Amino acid sequence: MIGSRDRRNGLLFISPWIVGFLVFTAYPIFSSLFYSLTRYNVVDPPKFIGLGNYIDLVTTDPVFRTSLLNTLYMVVVGTIVITIATLALALILSNKRIKGLSVFRIIFFVPTLVPLVILCILWVWILQPQTGLINTFLSYVHIKGPGWLADPLLAKPAFIMIFLWVSGGAVIIYLAALQDIPQSLYEVAAIDGANFMHRTFRITIPMISPVILFNVITYVIGIFQSFAESFIITSGGPNQSTLFYSLYLYQNAFQYFKMGLASAMAWILLIIALFLIAMLLGLEKRFGYRQ
Amino acid sequence: MPRKAKEAVYLAPGEIAISTLILAVLALVFIVPFVWMTLSSLKVPAELFVVPMQWLPKKAQWHNYVRIFNEFPFLQDFRNTMVLVVLNVIGAVLSNTLIAYGFAKIEWKGREALFYVVLATLILPFQVVMIPLFILFHQLHWIGTLLPLIVPAFFGNAFFIFLLRQFYMSIPNELSYAAKMDGAGDFMIYRRVIIPLSTPAITTVIIFSFLRTWNDFIGPLIFLSDNKLYTLSLGAQQIMHILDPKWDMLLTLGVMMTFPVLIIFFVLQKYFIQGIAMTGIKG
Repeated sequence: MIGSRDRRNGLLFISPWIVGFLVFTAYPIFSSLFYSLTRYNVVDPPKFIGLGNYIDLVTTDPVFRTSLLNTLYMVVVGTIVITIATLALALILSNKRIKGLSVFRIIFFVPTLVPLVILCILWVWILQPQTGLINTFLSYVHIKGPGWLADPLLAKPAFIMIFLWVSGGAVIIYLAALQDIPQSLYEVAAIDGANFMHRTFRITIPMISPVILFNVITYVIGIFQSFAESFIITSGGPNQSTLFYSLYLYQNAFQYFKMGLASAMAWILLIIALFLIAMLLGLEKRFGYRQ
Repeated sequence: MPRKAKEAVYLAPGEIAISTLILAVLALVFIVPFVWMTLSSLKVPAELFVVPMQWLPKKAQWHNYVRIFNEFPFLQDFRNTMVLVVLNVIGAVLSNTLIAYGFAKIEWKGREALFYVVLATLILPFQVVMIPLFILFHQLHWIGTLLPLIVPAFFGNAFFIFLLRQFYMSIPNELSYAAKMDGAGDFMIYRRVIIPLSTPAITTVIIFSFLRTWNDFIGPLIFLSDNKLYTLSLGAQQIMHILDPKWDMLLTLGVMMTFPVLIIFFVLQKYFIQGIAMTGIKG
């Protein structure tokens, strides 16, 4: 039987993935669910406490709430700022009449290549109050720049600036999507006398809305997982203003050795991520463009 | 008439000038940190703290690039990083080219369902598996070795499987049929037909695998406990937290870690852009 041989060969070819999935993904997911129901410090065996960790987090842990609110700030403000900025940049870059497009494209992409730790070191200096790049430029126009990372109100916007600097990947994805829009749509619109605004908001944005959605989902999941930036640059400060979800999770797991509590946080993170994706897909289904 | 319509799609000359100006200013903003880092890597530490900031070093300290070998365990950390990079690239190419073949070129029941599982793992936050993996590696006595950062690479990666599968799908099945007529089995087709035709996609996988390993921070942070095994990234982060972080050395290291990546990017640009653009296709 050819069919059964194909099936055997198919499974044989993907067998590394099956093993990897079972050992490095499926088992950890369920084991993390189990740990989330225990009190566990790695040294002593886990002690089953039911939903205790979840109840503690939601009802009595003020730091958990702080980390969740900090992250939501980054999700809401960051998504809006970064989506508008990257989309606008891609729209400008998609105009083939501008000279040196390929050079611009490279320049906006290059920051994404900087290794994470180096990125953090670099931005510690960019954001320095006295000698930092941003405040130096501000001083050229006689503005006294703030201490970005010393001010609880400015630390999060400073982090959004960092994420903006490394958002060139989204621009490339938008550019690829913009190229796929049939030129005829614009030609018809031009005959009907549509101006730039019409073209952008009636054709371009609806046509690439699935890609916008993809980028937003990628960014939001990225924010919930982002940890290295705040871990390295601010350690969560000042005044816990950059204590983001994954940083607090890491601290619980590997600094306080509360593996059970951290696992509960990981599962809450998974549920939040799934909920957000379902919500965004729902929005897309309702308002998005369909071919 | 078509010409006129097409013209109307584009911006007016004035708008083009404004757009170019905006792009030029933004490009400057994006590029300045690189310039600053490179110039600062040639300063003496005290110069970094001068107010107002000075762009140029008084005298370029080229020997910063020699000092780093003595004042930072550069060679050791570089060697560790390269061991991980080479083995991760080998693992990624070996496993994912095979796995993608099973998902793209053989038809079998359950294939689509399993492929959805592959895609679903793309959105799984690392934090969910991080703690059990740490405990698992701890029980295997792998903590304190490089194994946790090597072994998983040989068991497939959802993004690479997706990327290669998409590429394989674009290779006409007639080629496989012809080889089958000549009596070739699936493994022979994979090796003799698909792999030689897939060098662009495989190059993309190599680049991304290299980049991920070279830049990885959270993996080494969690799984490496012995500072003899530190990677460049982890080594850099660790000295940031000592009392005198030797900022001049860190910026020199920054240049040494960033510029190889930039050079690879400039040489192999096409594959980078393809790989990035690919991720958006399924959106």
